[in-house]
Amino acid sequence: MKYTADEMGEVINMLSWEDLDIRSVTLSVNTLYAVSDSPERSLEKLSYLQGPLTRFSEAVDHVQEKLGVKIVTKRVAVSPVQYFLEPIPDTEYALRLGRKLDEIAFKSRIDYIGGFSAYADRGLGRGSYVLLLSLHEVMNSTQRLSGMLNSASTQEGLNVDAVKMFVDEIMKMSPYASSRVAIMANSPQDSPFVPSAHHGRGMPNASINIAVSGPGAIVGAIRRSRPSTFQELYEVVKKASFKVTRLGELVGRTVSEELGVQMGSVDLSLAPSPAVRDSVAEIVESMGISKIGGHGSVTALALLMDAVKKGGSMATNLVGGLSSAFIPVSEDSIMANRMKEGYLEVNDLLAMSAVCNSGIDMVGVSRDEGHDKVTALILDVLSMGLILNKILGVRVIPLDGKPGDEVDLGGLLGKVVIARLKPVDVRDFTSKTGFMPTPVKRLETG
Amino acid sequence: METAIVVVIGADKPGIVAGISSKLAERNVNIIDITQTVLRGIFTMIMVVDLDTGNVGIGKLREELQAKGKELGVEVLVYHGEVFKFMERV
Repeated sequence: MKYTADEMGEVINMLSWEDLDIRSVTLSVNTLYAVSDSPERSLEKLSYLQGPLTRFSEAVDHVQEKLGVKIVTKRVAVSPVQYFLEPIPDTEYALRLGRKLDEIAFKSRIDYIGGFSAYADRGLGRGSYVLLLSLHEVMNSTQRLSGMLNSASTQEGLNVDAVKMFVDEIMKMSPYASSRVAIMANSPQDSPFVPSAHHGRGMPNASINIAVSGPGAIVGAIRRSRPSTFQELYEVVKKASFKVTRLGELVGRTVSEELGVQMGSVDLSLAPSPAVRDSVAEIVESMGISKIGGHGSVTALALLMDAVKKGGSMATNLVGGLSSAFIPVSEDSIMANRMKEGYLEVNDLLAMSAVCNSGIDMVGVSRDEGHDKVTALILDVLSMGLILNKILGVRVIPLDGKPGDEVDLGGLLGKVVIARLKPVDVRDFTSKTGFMPTPVKRLETG
Repeated sequence: METAIVVVIGADKPGIVAGISSKLAERNVNIIDITQTVLRGIFTMIMVVDLDTGNVGIGKLREELQAKGKELGVEVLVYHGEVFKFMERV
């Protein structure tokens, strides 16, 4: 097949200078075979994972070498640990499970292993209760393990008690530990994104999910084309997004062929990394909002997200995960700077959550703000997910310090800025217990 | 046919084309297409090569070409042909 020099130049430019790469290849694997009423037996059965995970790791390395495309992380998603804890609801066992998974990931050179997770939208079961009780200890004593608590869904309601327990736990975590847990509304079953990745119900035994990263490629396309109408802008983003997603599709298919595991889905999200030229905020700023957080940011993000979805959906049949634009604050160098400079506030992130779906992600909060304000902040995001019937998550990092301070976590996590929360007492509201009933949207579905 | 795209970029000087293509010949990798320009002193060459004729895997070939590039003072990138097919054609 012949290519024009322009076409080749475009691809080379995207891959070499605009940081287009594959953020993660995630092997989602059913681990329920190892559920047992004997801790020793279940840990021993989990050890069988070592072989397939090592083969997966090698396959990803091989595909990276073959295609010449950078694959940033290798991840594994296992069945929610909640199910393991049902027959043995014991925090000591939860700790051993968490450490075992962490160890398996380390030995097979997997960057993250997701699945220390539970669903508790309506109430806490034996398994989810023990998982929550052990969460801080497990996360503080592991490096690669990640977990998620789904505590709200449009189908079931919002479990405020679970949110409060979750906040109690993250307050006891180190910054590195809390960056590996999220609380969510309407969590999907096939997310390749840590911390929400887990092997959900209704899935085959194993599948390969892909997450792409290409904000730099979109920024490059916008800057080159200098659009003067919104339709032109839309078109530019759509086309670039098609190409970004297509690369994910290729990598997914190649890994899946190599490993003999079926292809799961490609997540159509644009996700940033702290590297310069790999920022979602920069896309918004390249559209003409000189500082993200300024008025118009929500519209710019809405336009971006819709165009990304339209372009991406043509590039793969298997759309999955969270599919949107991610705006984690610390992982995006421009977002982190704008927050520090005061252009971006927590409520701006909340407004943006209405049009994208990372919610409030990688935002530092001062431990001095107290549990109630953090609980209320999480409730705001989760109820938006509930009412708008969309996936939303919260990942806050409790830190010692004052609003405006920043802590460098390094690597993909970047610099966490402590956000200013509203100086308003909400204790009377958050002291109420129980769960919020399902919204009227639930009635529409029968 | 399994193809690879070889991109060479750097300051122009004699011997770049010869250096890279002799390395390919050494490995019996056939050049299918080649385009080369010099813009304001910056040398750019893009080659489409056939991996099937060669006696080397793409990973090893990339390594060898990049080592050669270092000798010549140019940057060498090697991508698989599928990447271009997927991103530019539906």
